[in-house]
Amino acid sequence: MREIRVEEIVEAVAQLCQEANYYLTSDVQKALQEALVKEESPQGKMALDCILANIQLARHRSMPLCQDTGMAVIFLEIGQEAILRGGIWEEAVNAGVRKGYQEGYLRKSVVKDPLLRENTGDNTPAVIHYQLVSGDRVKITVAPKGFGSENMSALKMLKPAQGVQGVKDFVLQVVKEAGPNPCPPMVIGVGLGGTMEKAAFLAKKALLRPLDQRNPRKDLAELEEDLLVRINDLGLGPQGLGGRVTALGLSIETYPTHIAGLPVAVNINCHVARHKEKIL
Amino acid sequence: MAAQKLTLPLQEEIIEKLAIGDEVLLTGIMYGARDAAHKRMVETLQQGKGLPVALKGQTIYYVGPCPAKPGEIIGSAGPTTSGRMDAYAPTILDLGLKGMIGKGQRSPEVIASMQKNRAVYLGAVGGAGALLAQCIKKAEVVAYPELGPEALWRFQVEDFPVVVIIDAQGNNLYEEGPKVYERRR
Repeated sequence: MREIRVEEIVEAVAQLCQEANYYLTSDVQKALQEALVKEESPQGKMALDCILANIQLARHRSMPLCQDTGMAVIFLEIGQEAILRGGIWEEAVNAGVRKGYQEGYLRKSVVKDPLLRENTGDNTPAVIHYQLVSGDRVKITVAPKGFGSENMSALKMLKPAQGVQGVKDFVLQVVKEAGPNPCPPMVIGVGLGGTMEKAAFLAKKALLRPLDQRNPRKDLAELEEDLLVRINDLGLGPQGLGGRVTALGLSIETYPTHIAGLPVAVNINCHVARHKEKIL
Repeated sequence: MAAQKLTLPLQEEIIEKLAIGDEVLLTGIMYGARDAAHKRMVETLQQGKGLPVALKGQTIYYVGPCPAKPGEIIGSAGPTTSGRMDAYAPTILDLGLKGMIGKGQRSPEVIASMQKNRAVYLGAVGGAGALLAQCIKKAEVVAYPELGPEALWRFQVEDFPVVVIIDAQGNNLYEEGPKVYERRR
């Protein structure tokens, strides 16, 4: 067994919260630079220029890319031979979020209750997904999720007979209805299969995949590419002002499902597609 | 087309000339408010009381900024989704509000109220919070400090970049822009 101290988790989570909010990953930057070359609309180009300048500025000044520094979504892959000393996982992660958001001058955007709506003041609690894996390492992924895009996400339980066409129609419908609201160019995560909550989880997880990586399964890789072309053909463009680049990337994750079902979840992210990971 | 420089508060004759797609750099005073501040303002009006600031002729930026680091004026401050303010916007427009800055769709009720009250809806680039914060030269909370990032702010801005999304005639760039680039199958 390998021991990990609570303080290590707190420090790692705090650091990841800040880095994810200040520094965009290189795959997204590259996709945005390519988008600027492809874009034909003058307002679309202007928006992409602003977005690229914003990335540099945030990096140089260590300030958040977007004022919506999100609800902290945290994926923990915990090796079965790793043991946490000095506390429990949930509290350690939330202590890290508290520290990261306070010390990093990140916005506190979480309310205690969906109906009573009082701000918790420290951006906790995080949404934590735990996965037990082999080995003695722990992988922490912090993915702050803004709600401009989260609010435009959707899930539907299709009939198996609707098949791949039903999936395509639903994804396109969700993106079209989202329009300018999720700050296009978007990044789109699609979860197919499992149960209702599993599909939603897969869609969120799909957002973590680098934009230049396709699903290893050939038919799914082709579906990803086909959907991306169709989404860009909608003409929404950067910020929905009209243009060629509506989405920077689309990833599909799948899971076995029930004989009676075809769950589809579409999780929309903005161009500030944030996630940072660390292995302890 | 190069961006035109305009001074806030927006003059009525200038508002009439603004058309969708126009790129504008704003300089002057604007107010910052989002969900909770709008709810407070409309509740205050419903109680027959006056607002903490006079909004006649003014422009509201839908924003909830990040906290300022020591020595900074403000933290990242990009636009939030305007649609959440749709329930409140017609009431505020009836007070004489002339400009709204945000991102995302507006309801038919808001657009009708804009036409009636001769106001414009301007889009700032969503997700460019660090860049837009550089255009804010002075920031102060003028009411509802207890709402934290959702307080009512007054900003002095310089060359704050926006695009005209919905003009006073009710034309909508979110409708017209994508039509130009849509590829039908």
